Amino acid sequence: MSQWIYIGLFFIVGLLIPVGAIAVAWILGPKKPNPIKQSTYECGIETVGDSWVQFKAQYYIFALVFLVFDVETVFLFPWAVKLGQLGLYAVVEGIIFILILIAGLVYTWRKGMLEWA
Amino acid sequence: MTAEQIIFLVVALFTLGSGFMVVTTGNLVHAALWLVSTLFGVAVIFALLSAGFLAVVQVVVYIGAIAILFIFAVMLTRKDMRDQGPQTNRGWWVGALIAVLTFVGLFFLLQGWNGLSKTAAVLPSGFDAVAELGTALVSPDAYVLPFEVASVLLVAALVGAVYVAFNRK
Amino acid sequence: MSFWTDPLKVAADWLMSILTGWGMPEIAAQVLIGFLGVLLLISILMVLDNFLVWVERKVVSRFQDRIGPNRVGPFGLIQPFADIIKLLIKEDTTPGGADKVVYNIAPMLSMMSVLILWAIVPLAPTILNVDLNIGALYIIAAGAIGTLSIIMAGWSSNNKFALIGAFRQVAVMVSFEIPMLTMLLIPTILAGSMGMNAIIEKQNIWFVWLAPLGALIFLITAIAELGRAPFDMAEGESELVAGYNTEYSGMKFGMFYAGELLHAFTYGGFWSILFFGGYRFFGLEQVSPFLAIAVLVFKAFVGYWVIMWIKYTLMRIRIDHMLAFNWKFLTPLAFTLLMVTALMNALLAGASTWLYVAGMFLSNVLLAWVALTIARSYSRRERENVEGVKNVVTSRSIP
Repeated sequence: MSQWIYIGLFFIVGLLIPVGAIAVAWILGPKKPNPIKQSTYECGIETVGDSWVQFKAQYYIFALVFLVFDVETVFLFPWAVKLGQLGLYAVVEGIIFILILIAGLVYTWRKGMLEWA
Repeated sequence: MTAEQIIFLVVALFTLGSGFMVVTTGNLVHAALWLVSTLFGVAVIFALLSAGFLAVVQVVVYIGAIAILFIFAVMLTRKDMRDQGPQTNRGWWVGALIAVLTFVGLFFLLQGWNGLSKTAAVLPSGFDAVAELGTALVSPDAYVLPFEVASVLLVAALVGAVYVAFNRK
Repeated sequence: MSFWTDPLKVAADWLMSILTGWGMPEIAAQVLIGFLGVLLLISILMVLDNFLVWVERKVVSRFQDRIGPNRVGPFGLIQPFADIIKLLIKEDTTPGGADKVVYNIAPMLSMMSVLILWAIVPLAPTILNVDLNIGALYIIAAGAIGTLSIIMAGWSSNNKFALIGAFRQVAVMVSFEIPMLTMLLIPTILAGSMGMNAIIEKQNIWFVWLAPLGALIFLITAIAELGRAPFDMAEGESELVAGYNTEYSGMKFGMFYAGELLHAFTYGGFWSILFFGGYRFFGLEQVSPFLAIAVLVFKAFVGYWVIMWIKYTLMRIRIDHMLAFNWKFLTPLAFTLLMVTALMNALLAGASTWLYVAGMFLSNVLLAWVALTIARSYSRRERENVEGVKNVVTSRSIP
């Protein structure tokens, strides 16, 4: 329990230091906003069009595939911790788990979902 | 009021407040970010219950994958992030009435539950939750079959995603 | 115990006696002592961060055959301090149309995600910050918060370049987390625990001899997570201005930049903890904890130097090549390496040490050779498809 309090303290102090630094910068810096300064940057020219661009759906698909494999590797962590003490049987079970998911990856690959274009 | 109870109250208020903000804020991306803080509050509650592994898994899977997925989905599909129109419709008083009745019903149900006054069992020292989980996942008389079936479930999710999301040429 | 062998306990006991002498309840005193300890560590880290800026600029200048900062102070050592003062007195602009709250929180979260990583770094056998038994996953959790801060920064800037840069960076970071998670599993298997201190304690033989391919893949994925070249597509300066931190100036940009350097140093530290024995050096760490800290910092600097070396030598990789490399080469290779390591670990469990080390090392080398052969034949086929000609002289080419 005291471990987590210590980690909580790390979060709090880790948040306070950047907040403090940025607050100091805010206090010390001049404050002269004008519309030209605050306009959006587009390599020195005026912006053309909205700042919303139609994004490739491919980003979403990569995040989806990542989600499935993330959950899989999280499942493997307790297996890995105990692996030294359990025998070959546990290793084979884990290998079956990984192989089923590699089959899923190969399926996704063959269906072309991992292409960028 | 022990220190644990005070910490739990603060964290619970934070989580519930963030959850409330998720559904009431008008900007979708803000709602996704409030969802992140709600999930983080749940992770802190897991840590309070000495379930350290689950707390970290909550952050890794929920915040690191699912919240990112939500944010991607919102940003990829909506041009205008603000909600159009009012937040409630004409039948809002029916919803409020049902919510209050459910709350009162749950309150009365939980009065008779003796778990409210129990304190958490003290774990024996040297109890390694992750190692126990590891043994449970691979021993034949514990959870090995659900472990393997979980991998099939994940592949099924992947196949479903391919089918739904893929642009047939 | 004397101060030199167990400084943390001695200092904590002394402070505790003073505070309870003033009438503070014990639990509050513990929290206060913890708070002071955390403050001390993070202050040291921020000063180190400054020094890292100087190291980076000097090293990059040597790689580029020039001298680097040498005007401000001896060898330019005061240069980063001058930079900090400059950043502090810059105006704090917020672009019009930006989402103010999210825009301001993003750099704070980015720096926080780096600082909280140091909670689990064991500095010496007796100076452990938190001996968390789930340290390996904690690294990824802190990375998740960092990923979130990048997408917040990119979206809230109301700028096309920032948004595209943030999306690409998050896609790369998220994709390369899978091989990294798998490579974190390998020291876990070899040491039987996820805690950083336990991993160091079990490294009588450095894990790099038992899983060299694992160390290499961990380095590659760490560089991708950091967003440094050759994987810095998101910050490609000639293509996307500065990616997700285009609209940031002043101290907020300083937080992103300094956070990135400290993140690189931290991952150098983790690379050395997971594969190179951390603070151990043939028994030197038992002599004094300060020597152990020195060993760890030295190894972290070596790791940081390798990361910088790779950054300033290799060209940037295109985003689709990066993602193809990850999903089609690294992920299957990482999972195969995991299976091979688990299998060899179980098969060679009862063997003598030399046989164990040789078996693991050779299986890694064999797997690397097989992977490279497959990659080479695949790329040769791709080249032939593109160029349309095989390595044979056809009659058409003879005039």
